[in-house]
Amino acid sequence: MTYIAKPKLHHPSLTKNKVCHTRRDYEGRISTLCAGCGHDSISAAIIQACWEMDVEPHRVAKLSGIGCSSKTPDYFLGNSHGFNTVHGRMPSVLTGANLANRELLYLGVSGDGDSASIGIGQFVHVMRRGVNMLYIVENNGVYGLTKGQFSATADQGSTSKKGVVNADSPIDMVSLALQLGATFVARSFSGDKQQLVPLIKAAIAHRGAAFLDVISPCVAFNNHPGSTKSYDYVREHNEAVNRIDVIETRQEITVDYSAGEMIEVEQHDGTFIRLRKLKADYDATNRIVAMNYVQEHQAKGEVVTGLLYVDSEAGDMHDHINSIDTAFNKLGSEKLCPGVDVLEKLNAALR
Amino acid sequence: MSKIKALEAINDFVVKFANVNGSGSASANELFAKSIIRMGVPVSPRNIFPSNIQGLPTWYEVRITEHGYLGRRGGVDLMVAMNPQTWDADISEIESGGYLFYDNSKPIPASRFRDDIHVIGVPLTQICNAAYTEPRQRQLFKNIVYVGALSALLDIEIEVIEKLIAEQYKSKPKLFEPNKQALHMGRDYVLNNLQYPIGLRVKRADAVGDRIFLEGNSAAALGCVYGGATVCAWYPITPSSSCAEAFQSYCMKYRVDAETGKNLYAIVQAEDEIASIGMVVGAGWNGARAFTTTSGPGVSLMTEFIGLAYMAEIPVTIINVQRGGPSTGMPTRTQQADILSCAYASHGDTKHVLLFPEDPKECFEHAAAALDLADRLQTPIFVMSDLDIGMNQRLCEPLQWDDSRGFDRGKVMTAEQLEGGMEFGRYKEVDGDGIPYRTYPGTHPSKGSFFTRGTTKNAFAGYSERGPDYLYNMQRLMKKFDTAKSLVPQPIIKKTKEATPFAVIYFGSTSPAMAEAIEVLAGANTHLDTLRLRAFPFPNSVANFIAEHQFVFVVEQNRDAQVRSLLINEFGIDPAKLFAILHYDGTPITARFISNAISSQIEKLYIASMQSQKVVTP
Repeated sequence: MTYIAKPKLHHPSLTKNKVCHTRRDYEGRISTLCAGCGHDSISAAIIQACWEMDVEPHRVAKLSGIGCSSKTPDYFLGNSHGFNTVHGRMPSVLTGANLANRELLYLGVSGDGDSASIGIGQFVHVMRRGVNMLYIVENNGVYGLTKGQFSATADQGSTSKKGVVNADSPIDMVSLALQLGATFVARSFSGDKQQLVPLIKAAIAHRGAAFLDVISPCVAFNNHPGSTKSYDYVREHNEAVNRIDVIETRQEITVDYSAGEMIEVEQHDGTFIRLRKLKADYDATNRIVAMNYVQEHQAKGEVVTGLLYVDSEAGDMHDHINSIDTAFNKLGSEKLCPGVDVLEKLNAALR
Repeated sequence: MSKIKALEAINDFVVKFANVNGSGSASANELFAKSIIRMGVPVSPRNIFPSNIQGLPTWYEVRITEHGYLGRRGGVDLMVAMNPQTWDADISEIESGGYLFYDNSKPIPASRFRDDIHVIGVPLTQICNAAYTEPRQRQLFKNIVYVGALSALLDIEIEVIEKLIAEQYKSKPKLFEPNKQALHMGRDYVLNNLQYPIGLRVKRADAVGDRIFLEGNSAAALGCVYGGATVCAWYPITPSSSCAEAFQSYCMKYRVDAETGKNLYAIVQAEDEIASIGMVVGAGWNGARAFTTTSGPGVSLMTEFIGLAYMAEIPVTIINVQRGGPSTGMPTRTQQADILSCAYASHGDTKHVLLFPEDPKECFEHAAAALDLADRLQTPIFVMSDLDIGMNQRLCEPLQWDDSRGFDRGKVMTAEQLEGGMEFGRYKEVDGDGIPYRTYPGTHPSKGSFFTRGTTKNAFAGYSERGPDYLYNMQRLMKKFDTAKSLVPQPIIKKTKEATPFAVIYFGSTSPAMAEAIEVLAGANTHLDTLRLRAFPFPNSVANFIAEHQFVFVVEQNRDAQVRSLLINEFGIDPAKLFAILHYDGTPITARFISNAISSQIEKLYIASMQSQKVVTP
């Protein structure tokens, strides 16, 4: 309820992170979403992750499309610039913003309605380009804001609240992301904060296109029996392949794990992902293994979650275009304008 | 032997080359045109090419004009017919008494010619087959052979052509000799076998001055470089692709950081026009100067984002190189048919700034101006070029720049200003011009952030559905548009010595034909004042100009008289006062068309006024 203002004072014992912010400094406005909406848990996880990663709030640019999930950037990181773009088109705007200033942290928040139909093309190409961003899809299988139509991620055979059966084959954005070359692909569940927060942290630290599909039940329109994106269904079918933590320095592994069960992957910014396997045959550093595993298990009705793939050595779009380190929006005419002498030479060559 | 006397003209005739596209003729034809310019005689060439890559007809129409009439004339005095496919159509275009140049290696029946033209045959295929063995060489050199032949027939100085070839192959000197040889083979054939020069001749003059010869699309791209664009997101579409490609070439030369070797620019070929404009919006939002180049169909796709940029007040520059519409239309023909769709692009109440360059020099100036205007006005700016300007080389005044100019970034609130307590309302009126302050993302830790969206909002960017907030915002946008009137390029008005009730309004690529038409009409004692529009919104001087005259012609290259509609709409002018003169078959407008249309309309008016007893002074 936006008419309820959040109290400005907070408890003096709230801890501060390395940039002297408490968790409250990462909050935004009060949510206007339905009580119990999965998206609010994701917002809370984003706040937690940013605080733990010592992100400076104003150095984040948060962009979204149109829909319930796209409203959420207003509810976190109040001191960041936000941009609610147009339906399905957040990726292009984010790409342009990233080109203009490579120094900020780019958070793209979208939903399955925004990303898997009208937005599917831009999703494909932003992953292909390796734009350095965290792309979160808050996935509930419906168009919530327009009151409950199926989205393209709704499973075949699942039913709407009114009993209509979805006959179409679903789009699995995780499989697409893997196929398209995304260098960080993960899936989680809004109800599993322990899994979700570290995934967001790892994605923040990742350089390149990081895709995170978060099943986020819609309590208003898709949380009933017959839905495959309800709290009950996800809890019963969740197959996590691993657990991760993001740690600052490599730590000595003291517990006796079998070979390969616990690995530490170094990220571009020097932090480490400590990855503990829950499924022995799952290798998160092998794209083909990941693709096969996800397809096989999802065919059985399982919801495969965890860090599904990571390539921490990949570059991003700016590496590919060899752009200067300074943000473009800081460059002035001395750098950008060739000047009148060059123009005279060009004139001469055109006579 | 023709019965009609052969046409005679010095430095005032039209040569048209009919080729097969993809045959290497383009560079030879350009050589022909440039050699005449180097002799001090102005030339105005136009490409007429099919929507295809190889194998279909293409024409290159060169008007040689010591007078400097750079508009298309219409009619052909010498046809260089190199495409059997279009033979009949090409023959029929030649003026009576004109000339046909063709490859007479194979005999052609007399019935395929006309008896009122003069035929010049040179056995080009035979010459090339004798000199070369490789098929590609035979094809390519044939073009240079005919340039050599034409040099003898038209009295073009051979040394001038040789110099141009040497310049062309500066980095590949081995190719100079074979090309020079081919040139002389053609020339020698004429010198040894035919009568030369013919009635049409080129004579050295001093009418070019220090003018430069370049294409509109390249000029616009260069304007974007000079204007500080760092982000270009585009999607290929005829006739705008060469603009983005030129931007790429210029950036590779002038936008690489000397110290690090890294790029001071980003060019993204997006997956479609929607993504292109989205990237431009994102970059503009984040403080980088960004532009896209497209044509009509692309603008149609972009309209949703254009509306967003209008409502959220984000700088965006769109170069629209217009082509024949509607829909896929005529991709390789010219028109000025996107005026209304750009001026009012997107749903709801929107109005956008349009710039109307007349030639490559103005493409350069208006592209740079657009980037400044976009930042200053915080809104989309369209540079309305067209195929005629964009994809043809035109003689124009040298490009100019003032190094002290800098970039006008508009109202951007800095961290210092925020820290110092300056009040920031993203959509708040501050000094009466309708333009608020913006902040770049990442400016200040706890001040200055705001949410950007296409929805309505209050002056502090807070979401609002309240009527008064909406009205405040929409009216401020109108005020901003009004402010634009004094910032955009102003119209150019030319008045005749004596007062006249007649006037003409025109814009863009119509200008060279208009200049010629005005002289032709003056010669027939019809005098008109002229106003060349250079931008929308129209300053009040345009309304005053219309008010000062009784009959105003509006000349444009579209079917629905779009600028006429815009004038009526914006100024509330009585439609009866504005006469539409419309040329829209995809070819560039000619002086003949304009002068005939105006004369006949004036004659009708005169007759009507005589009939109604109201005297009109023609």
